[in-house]
Amino acid sequence: MTAHSFALPIVLFSAFWGLVGVAAPWFVPKGPNRGVIITMLVTTAVCCYLFWLIAILAQANPLFGPQLKNETIWYVRFLWE
Amino acid sequence: MSYRGMAWPWGSWESCGRRLGDGPWSNKVAMGQESWVRLGGGPWGSGVAMGHRCGRRSGEEPWGRGLAMGQGQEWNRARPHSFVAGVIHPWRVSAFERLLWRACRGYLVASFVEMPEPMEDPATGETITWVIFLISYWGEQIGQKIRKISDCFHCQVYPYPESEASREETMNGLHSQIQDLSLVLEETEQYLAQVLDKVAVALPTWRVQVQKMKAIYLVLNQCSFDVTQKCLIAEVWCPVRDLTQVQDALRQGSYKSGSSVECFVQRIPTSESPPTLIRTNKFTAGFQSIVDAYGVASYQEVNPAPYAIITFPFIFAIMFGDVGHGLLMFLFALWMVVYENSPSLRQASNETFFEGRYLILLMGAFSIYTGFIYNECFSKATVIFPSAWSVATMANHSSWRWDPQPLCDPLPRSLPGLTPPCSAHSSAYLATHPTLTLDPNVTGVFRGPYPFGIDPIWSLATNHLNFLNSFKMKMSVVLGIVHMGFGVLLGVFNHVHFQQRHRLVLEFLPEMVFLLALFGYLVFLIFYKWITFSAADSLVAPSILIHFIDMFLFTSNAGNLPLYRGQVAVQTVLVVLALASVPVLLLGTPLYLCCRRRGRAPRRCPLSPLSPQHLDFAEIFMHQAIHTIEYCLGCVSNTASYLRLWALSLAHAQLSEVLWTMVMRNGFVGLSYVGGVVLVPVFAAFAVLTVAILLVMEGLSAFLHALRLHWVEFQNKFYVGAGYKLCPFAFAVDTGE
Repeated sequence: MTAHSFALPIVLFSAFWGLVGVAAPWFVPKGPNRGVIITMLVTTAVCCYLFWLIAILAQANPLFGPQLKNETIWYVRFLWE
Repeated sequence: MSYRGMAWPWGSWESCGRRLGDGPWSNKVAMGQESWVRLGGGPWGSGVAMGHRCGRRSGEEPWGRGLAMGQGQEWNRARPHSFVAGVIHPWRVSAFERLLWRACRGYLVASFVEMPEPMEDPATGETITWVIFLISYWGEQIGQKIRKISDCFHCQVYPYPESEASREETMNGLHSQIQDLSLVLEETEQYLAQVLDKVAVALPTWRVQVQKMKAIYLVLNQCSFDVTQKCLIAEVWCPVRDLTQVQDALRQGSYKSGSSVECFVQRIPTSESPPTLIRTNKFTAGFQSIVDAYGVASYQEVNPAPYAIITFPFIFAIMFGDVGHGLLMFLFALWMVVYENSPSLRQASNETFFEGRYLILLMGAFSIYTGFIYNECFSKATVIFPSAWSVATMANHSSWRWDPQPLCDPLPRSLPGLTPPCSAHSSAYLATHPTLTLDPNVTGVFRGPYPFGIDPIWSLATNHLNFLNSFKMKMSVVLGIVHMGFGVLLGVFNHVHFQQRHRLVLEFLPEMVFLLALFGYLVFLIFYKWITFSAADSLVAPSILIHFIDMFLFTSNAGNLPLYRGQVAVQTVLVVLALASVPVLLLGTPLYLCCRRRGRAPRRCPLSPLSPQHLDFAEIFMHQAIHTIEYCLGCVSNTASYLRLWALSLAHAQLSEVLWTMVMRNGFVGLSYVGGVVLVPVFAAFAVLTVAILLVMEGLSAFLHALRLHWVEFQNKFYVGAGYKLCPFAFAVDTGE
């Protein structure tokens, strides 16, 4: 229905998870749990970013489209768009 | 024989009964009468019911006096006789009687009466209805025989005084004795109850004290005695960081106990392998325990737990991804975490759920995230951003008009020059086509990838599984290879720490080359195809799987176009590289170790086949061969094993969809107030099934598979896990028994 840019989400999410995974570890306060917290931040950033990246790349160039029922088509066509 | 001399002074019988008083004794008297009747017909024919004496645990008590009193007087005048009275076990009565008769040839009169109420046998403790017997005899030898026989039969014999007066006296004495004793017993029981009450109050404290003492003595028993036999020596494992603390504690202990000699601690060298101590807090303890459940880390080995804090909930969430279910799980764990200090929660809740509350919290949080990416909230898609697929554009285009002319002809009104556009938004067209596919090749139909997650249009599509399966399978493979590569990378820490840098080149490098050349290339192919191939070449898009198989078999498929130029050459190089790394992995470390050993000990003695060097080499080589085979075959099988991420997430999605369509949607059928009332039980059923099937069953299933992936596929790349835990002495553990 609406156009989505491809570059903007990439930049935004890369920046966000880069903040979490690369920048935030520098600001963790010193204490006995510093190592664990840094490990957690980096692992979270890597896992979540990779998962989101796979999702968006898988849809970037679809080879086929969704097959809709005629009722759905009618509904979406006339009531949504 | 004795029958002749008998006269039954009934009067004296009754008077005796009266003398004894009523109550329980009167029926004993009645028993006496009965026994007389019995005896009247008995083999003795005499039916002499004499006084019976029953033995009692606390004392003797003669009860019931029969005619013996009156009888005895006559008897005494006739012949001197004596009595033996006692109590016998009821089962032995007939044998006793027979033996008496045979032994004494009838020179005695015996009568047996059963006791009216059973009494406890002091020896065995069972209640038996004893039989009282009274034997009257004359003659010393017969008396001795009778006593021997009754001894044989384990009868309790009681003295039976001759005169009635003394019998009376004895009876009264016994009565008063019984009264005294029962009084004493009562008092004693009261006192005992009081003492027990007091003890019951103090018992838990005592129990704890005893357990503590027992624990301390158990530990002390493990110490050994000094040469002087005056002090104990204990060999303990202690973390180096805590040595000063231990010394302080010992000093304090000696001071508190007031002993003159101080305890001290001293480091001694040892060749034993130390235990593993990993310090955890309440948050990390749960994750460390799931790693330890597989195997405690070897001494100073890299610990996978800090990484598992995030990767385990993440892999769980891939299989569980649903916003609604994740939210429920998260809230449940949040409740447990917030109230973790309340003792009622600790007692009421299940131990395993409570111990894993932080684990469940993280699992829920990640499930919410993956739920948003999968775009599933109780199996319904959320439209955070508008969908990227435009149905209107597709409808307005010719793709959905197959043969415009023939189709439009049937329409009656067709003004010349104005052909009505026969497109999909005419109801006739839609009615004849139950499903239609959007074509991304048509410009404007697909307008860019959905920025966060899966496009919501796919949840309305009938072919959504085609797309989702491809997406999830590739996702599983990519994440699996990344996870395994990370595991191999963690091995570097081990090699560096244990000063085995040769293993970096001879093991880590070939392992990484093998993994990346084959499976890293697969990941590259997946990403490359996603990026470069679009709908324009959808009909000729190459199949990655067939390319991968061809790569191994060095064949080519004509119908499968290459992904990029020079693909065959690149693939050949990679396969050769991977195959070359296998012998390096197989022989590198053993040869290096062998050379180093030979280098250290120059050929002083000829190496015989049984020399230690040879044996060592064989063992090292065998170990390395096993490791190589395990690694190479494991790479392939473990990559495939990660496909369970796809399988379980598909199962979860389908289950929640079934639950929605079959249960919840039926509640929305009626739109009236009645429909609202119907919705309540329908929702109840939906809620119960969601919790039972989707949260509990699927949660446990995903938990188990995530655990398996960590324990096997991830940890066998670097983890040895052959250590043992340090178990410091603690009271808390023992008092839990």
